[in-house]
Amino acid sequence: MSVASPRLGGSRSADRLLPLILVPVALIALGPVLRLLLEGIGFGEGITTEHLSTVLTRDSTATALTHSLITAVGGTVISVLIGASFAFLVALTDIRGKGALVFCLMVPMMIPPQITALAWMQMAGPSSVLLKMIGLAPPLGSPQPFYSPGGIILLLGIQHASLVFLTLRAGLRMIPADLVEAARMSGAGTVRVWAQIVLPLSLPSLIAGAAMAFVTALGNFGIPAMLGIPAGYSTLPTLIYQRLVGLGPSVLPEVAVLSLLIGAVAIAGVLLSRFVLSRGGYGLVGLSGTPLALTLGRFRTPAEIALWLFIAAILVLPLVALLVTSLIPAYGARLSFDTATLKAWREVLFVQPVTTRAYANSLMLASLAAALLMAVCLPLAWLMERRPSRISRALDALIDLPYALPGVVLSIACILAFINLPFTDLTLYGTIWIILLAYLARFFVVMLRPIQASVSQMDPAMEEAAASTGARLGRRLRTIVLPLAAPSAAAGAILVFLTAVNELTVSALLWSSGTETLGVVIYNLEDSGETVMASALAMSIVLLIVLLMGLVQAGAKHFPKGVIPWQS
Amino acid sequence: MAELNFSGVTKSFGGAPALDDITAGIRAGEFVALLGPSGCGKTTLLRLTAGFDRPDAGSITLGGAVMVDPARFVPPEEREIGIVFQSYALWPHKTVAGNVAYPLEVRRRPRAERDRRVAEALNLTGLTAFADRMPAQLSGGQRQRVALARCLVFEPRAVLLDEPLANLDLALRASMQDVFRMFHRRTGATMVYVTHDQGEALALADRVAVMESGRIRQFAPPELLYREPSNCFVAGFVGEGAVIAARPMGQAGQGRLRMQVLGQEVTARTATPTPNYVSLRPENITLSDSAPLRARVTGCTYLGGRFRLALEAEGETLSAFSTQRAQVGETLGLSLREPWAFHDPEGETLMARALADA
Repeated sequence: MSVASPRLGGSRSADRLLPLILVPVALIALGPVLRLLLEGIGFGEGITTEHLSTVLTRDSTATALTHSLITAVGGTVISVLIGASFAFLVALTDIRGKGALVFCLMVPMMIPPQITALAWMQMAGPSSVLLKMIGLAPPLGSPQPFYSPGGIILLLGIQHASLVFLTLRAGLRMIPADLVEAARMSGAGTVRVWAQIVLPLSLPSLIAGAAMAFVTALGNFGIPAMLGIPAGYSTLPTLIYQRLVGLGPSVLPEVAVLSLLIGAVAIAGVLLSRFVLSRGGYGLVGLSGTPLALTLGRFRTPAEIALWLFIAAILVLPLVALLVTSLIPAYGARLSFDTATLKAWREVLFVQPVTTRAYANSLMLASLAAALLMAVCLPLAWLMERRPSRISRALDALIDLPYALPGVVLSIACILAFINLPFTDLTLYGTIWIILLAYLARFFVVMLRPIQASVSQMDPAMEEAAASTGARLGRRLRTIVLPLAAPSAAAGAILVFLTAVNELTVSALLWSSGTETLGVVIYNLEDSGETVMASALAMSIVLLIVLLMGLVQAGAKHFPKGVIPWQS
Repeated sequence: MAELNFSGVTKSFGGAPALDDITAGIRAGEFVALLGPSGCGKTTLLRLTAGFDRPDAGSITLGGAVMVDPARFVPPEEREIGIVFQSYALWPHKTVAGNVAYPLEVRRRPRAERDRRVAEALNLTGLTAFADRMPAQLSGGQRQRVALARCLVFEPRAVLLDEPLANLDLALRASMQDVFRMFHRRTGATMVYVTHDQGEALALADRVAVMESGRIRQFAPPELLYREPSNCFVAGFVGEGAVIAARPMGQAGQGRLRMQVLGQEVTARTATPTPNYVSLRPENITLSDSAPLRARVTGCTYLGGRFRLALEAEGETLSAFSTQRAQVGETLGLSLREPWAFHDPEGETLMARALADA
């Protein structure tokens, strides 16, 4: 399609210049990951496997790897149990209030993991304000039950249940009702239908969802940092964090190996799931219009009550615990109408320089990342869709990598890539710009996919009609493609904003004094014993996130299918 | 208004030929229809003309200026060719007036001129009352007229219409045909109209190019296509009737031959000395009890005012008109009057393929 013309029309030059956008995108998104791979084989000091062998044979590495595997596998099992139960009930049955239920199940995924951990910690242990209010608090000195592998596994499971839920629900919706009807007609009872029809057909999406939950749990930093570090239970991400924070950039080659190790385990998990899927996949032929829908009959109300009780237990209770902790005058105090105070809220939102600065930093980073990504992704999505080339297709396939790899891996990759800018003495390490670059790389795909979806659904005749009336490429992109893709771009921007505001894993390794993000400050406040302030800050972030999610939800009907992650 | 010339235009998609050596000329101000079954290449020819695709070989000129040839390619935005899409392609985020004004905005016309010309175009298409509506608030016929107004407002040198009536219901089609006719008369634009509906093509166009398998099989005014098809495909595709193998017997005056058709000797009109087929239109068949050619009635459809009879004679299926109802199974006598005879070397294979497509 791309044709070089000897005539130098404006449109022709725009046509030629536009593909150049692929270069910075590839450099920022894929450059750091490539740099990390090179580090593993001793780039810069001659090719060597010395780092590899010293780090990999160390005891702490083996322990952290074992812990990572235990918590990730355990978390995945819980995610599958929760996500699959919800998916089967929501996608296949006639329970009421599905929209609200799904929204509530999605909130834990959108809340930063360290806030989840903080909230759950307020529900148990001797200092729990909530337990004290009802007089059930254990005596002082008794252990915090969540400071344990079990606590980490439980919270990882809840945090990532929605990943399993979303993938499985999408798969279940593809099962045509007539398959079950055919089984019924052949004389199969309810149990047989579930065991022999529904379950085998939903297995591929269940496995895919489980693989996603595993990879995400493996890379999770917030939960093992809040719950594991106090218990001396380190996973690979927290080990990297502790070594880098404790010893500084001199241990970079070493932590690079550790992050490669996480990346390798993550990829192994994905490959294993693909292998299982390729062995047992079924093609569904002849999709019928009506998806499967089962009536629960007299079990409907009990099922609904059970689901909402569960939501109350995993979402409402921890958040209430977090809220009441944020309202007490000092940690350890009891909450009553007399003692309740907004002092901590005022402190974190208006007084403390660190928290207000963190708010400013996070909001600035998130909006800048969203705006820059929107500006780049719009022409990029158009280019990939309308003028596909080998390079753009390769980029399309690889762009998922920075988002799919655990955040720690990308952080280390970014430090390596930007600690010395090529050809200069400048360094970005310790500045806010390295966090921005890491965000750009990591969230690229969050912005690109919605816009891609909307461009691919756009009738090419829309642009051809504009071309035939004399509009050149630049004008067509501005006046036709941009307005039509705007709703998806807005949804993508809000998603990037949400994810970036929440973000801890990347910034935990990249921050320095003055460039703290919200995620980092919550962690630091809790780490230094300022639990009340941490709770107030966390609660304010939760409110901001629910508000933004509500905003996206309200505009749902303007977005193409598949743009909003919790509405597939 | 400018004339449009195609010379040796060839295009294939992934190895499958879509256009095969198209050479044709369209005069300035002419209304031409490209008619053919789906997949015949008519839309491909339209897209090459608009500049959305590039031919593999050959050239296209507009008003004497080369639009595309092996060395040059003028992008669509510089061709000054208007196009009306089958899907209308109205921009959903712009009002009716906004859609129509866009070509003038692109050309940076002054505000006053823009408003005046938009008002004119809306008036001509009967859309003045809908200027502030969004496309989603319009009916199919109104959308079609917006697309037309958007196309005429910048006075293109040629207008291409891609199956513009395919998405409209029957009643609207008739009234939109009037709009197109009026539009052509008022603007005198060179128009190329792609359709698979022969009724539209014959009713609207000055000349019709009948296309099949990437080639133009005949390019002639509608009445000539009907009366004097030059090959089996056109005879079978355009109009009603049967195409029947025949043998010339001898001269019968200027443009006339004695032919052996269905076992009878008849006088046929022709332009060639060695025809091997005749086109038997219903008008060429009269029913008479005494005629030696006997046919069995296999179907009878009332058309209002007259009946169409499906007949079987000598193993061929024929179509004839009758003023009276006939019983299925009844035997009638037929006499054939002045059918059109032509020579088609690849007649058999073509007919077989056309039947397989049908």
